[in-house]
Amino acid sequence: MQTAVQATMEFLKLYWVPLVCGVAVVAVLPLIAGYIVLVERKLMADMQARLGPMRVGPHGLLQPIADAVKLLIKEDVIPENADALVFWLAPVLSVGAALLSLAGLAIGPAFQIAQDINIGILFVVGVSAMGIFGIVLGGWASNSHYSLMGALRSSAQLVSYETAAGMALVAGLLFAGTLNIKSIVDAQQSEGIWFGLLSPVALFTYLVASIAETNRAPFDLPEAESELVAGYMTEFSGFRWSLYFLAEYTNMIVVASVATTLFLGGWLRPFASVRWLNFLDFVPPLVMAAIAAYCVIRVPKQPSRVQQLFMLAVAGLCSVLALVLLAPVILPIAKPFYAGIHGGFWFVLKVSAYIYLFMWLRFTVPRYRFDQLMRLGWHFLIPLSIINVLVVGIALIAGSYFNLHGWGLLLTTTPAAIIALVAALAILSIEQKGQASENQATASDFYGG
Amino acid sequence: MLSIEHYLFLGLALFVIGVIGVITRRNVIVVLMSIELILNAVNINLVAFSRLYGDVVGQVFALFIIADAAAEAAVGLGIIIAFFRNRETVLADEMDLLKW
Amino acid sequence: MADSVLFYFFATIAVVGAVLTVTRRNAVHSAIFLVTSLLATAGIFLQLRAEFLFIVQIILYVGGIMVLFVFVIMLVNLDVALQQIQFARQKWVALIVALALAGQVGVMFWSTGKMPGQGFRPAAAAAGLPPNSEAVAKSLFSTYLLPFEIASVLLLVAMIGAVVMAKKRT
Repeated sequence: MQTAVQATMEFLKLYWVPLVCGVAVVAVLPLIAGYIVLVERKLMADMQARLGPMRVGPHGLLQPIADAVKLLIKEDVIPENADALVFWLAPVLSVGAALLSLAGLAIGPAFQIAQDINIGILFVVGVSAMGIFGIVLGGWASNSHYSLMGALRSSAQLVSYETAAGMALVAGLLFAGTLNIKSIVDAQQSEGIWFGLLSPVALFTYLVASIAETNRAPFDLPEAESELVAGYMTEFSGFRWSLYFLAEYTNMIVVASVATTLFLGGWLRPFASVRWLNFLDFVPPLVMAAIAAYCVIRVPKQPSRVQQLFMLAVAGLCSVLALVLLAPVILPIAKPFYAGIHGGFWFVLKVSAYIYLFMWLRFTVPRYRFDQLMRLGWHFLIPLSIINVLVVGIALIAGSYFNLHGWGLLLTTTPAAIIALVAALAILSIEQKGQASENQATASDFYGG
Repeated sequence: MLSIEHYLFLGLALFVIGVIGVITRRNVIVVLMSIELILNAVNINLVAFSRLYGDVVGQVFALFIIADAAAEAAVGLGIIIAFFRNRETVLADEMDLLKW
Repeated sequence: MADSVLFYFFATIAVVGAVLTVTRRNAVHSAIFLVTSLLATAGIFLQLRAEFLFIVQIILYVGGIMVLFVFVIMLVNLDVALQQIQFARQKWVALIVALALAGQVGVMFWSTGKMPGQGFRPAAAAAGLPPNSEAVAKSLFSTYLLPFEIASVLLLVAMIGAVVMAKKRT
């Protein structure tokens, strides 16, 4: 008995941080995803000169909760000839892979579920790639032509774009020289420059490929609602459907975090190693204070008493956050928490910016046709990323030959990026000439697009 | 305490299951999957020995085997697609054009 | 202790998954169980402290090869094949071959007695080594550079071969 208790204590001592973090992530993530959806709807409304959701809560702030309740109490329909087991398994697989890949990410030096894993970023990428099974099997299990078509498109799309994304990551990892997430960010700190600036082509490739991998518009062909009803999700409703949605938004967070960690300096402040720019540390508390002040100003404009109180609560929350962010900058006692607190702020800010870019592209770019998608992937992005790995390697060797560091490396990497772009465009134009003269069958009639 | 035999028996079990699959199944795709099982069993042995001797060579060779499996799957599935296009079947004992 | 639990857990999943892979009627179900088995094998790799191989197994096998399998299963419509007999008439051949293999390995165990270095030396072996992925990379790009290049050529050949095979004749 005694030993069992001791063993349990030992186990908890070792694993309580990951356990608590894991449970917290799983519990909070649906809420975050719901609010990302709300932000997306609001943004879309703004760009289309509408108001968006306004009814539930002030400015529709409680809309995600209403949506979640609606989805949960919906009838759970399973088509008659569906493969019930796989139909049940598919959404779970999708969301499970997405949530599991979060374990490898680090929001700040302090906030990481799986501490210091050697394969860091590969773990995140590899596990999130398993989510494709959820889509493919879900489409197959529905026993519907639209679903199957969506599943086929999705598997073809993901397999092709994974190559480009992987090669882009390789180019970034060449600078870091490690797969460990913490060491990657440390490398950017010691170099004093984000790897995204050193290798803009890799960042661009990863951006495009990550949109395709998360099935977002303009590459949302698997669920293209104007041609395939809703693609692989056609037969799913209620809770299962919302699981797919949760997986999609979690995947967005994952790819944004990977890009942030590898290309945008992770949890580092912009110009983290430049000493005279230390006043930038006051930006986070100021931003929070500004939001709080804005909320207070808007209070009299609210129509009802409840909504006024709600706005005040938001203002209070923001001012508390501002104080928390201010403390490590001015109080010497709180100095050790600087990296954790400010790191979290910058990381979330960068991830949000990346996700905002996703939304922006979704509202402004029309959907690609399937053969266009395949051509973009195989004829442009993959050659571009492979050439980029090559020239980045050469640029790094040249950099070490001339003993360049940090911003100096731009001297060799910028020409490398230009060479990669020009070469890829040349390949594309040669290929297009051939395509025009031959007028061959395209990929679409092969993959059933 | 785990010893090397545990891993060898696991590898053996997977290998034998894979062999049975290759010999008995009619569906060529499942036969290919069974071959993947066999390769996987070999990988377990390699990694277990790599651990036993505190050396990464076994893991390096497991990597080569995985690359080999990828090549094999790509070519095999390509052949299956080409065959299915001509004969509308994926069953091994209906691939009998050379038999009379 | 934890090692043993993990090993038996993953080993059970791997073997059960493998059995179901071979016996399921539906090819998609076979593929799902094969994925399960492969993932359990990845778990075994992790339990053997081969982190890099663990993630390679997941990315390449599960994320690449198996997706390809499922894709092809969907491409060749198997509704007709489902109604047919799934096993060929070689059951006895299979049994004999399997028994022979098992017997062969058994004889090997019996004749050599114990393997050298009974049991693992977890801490001693792990402490001296550099981190796993670095060690694998060093070995791969120095001692085994030629096999590595040959493997890349093999993959290239396979890629071209697959494209030529699957291409429509025009």
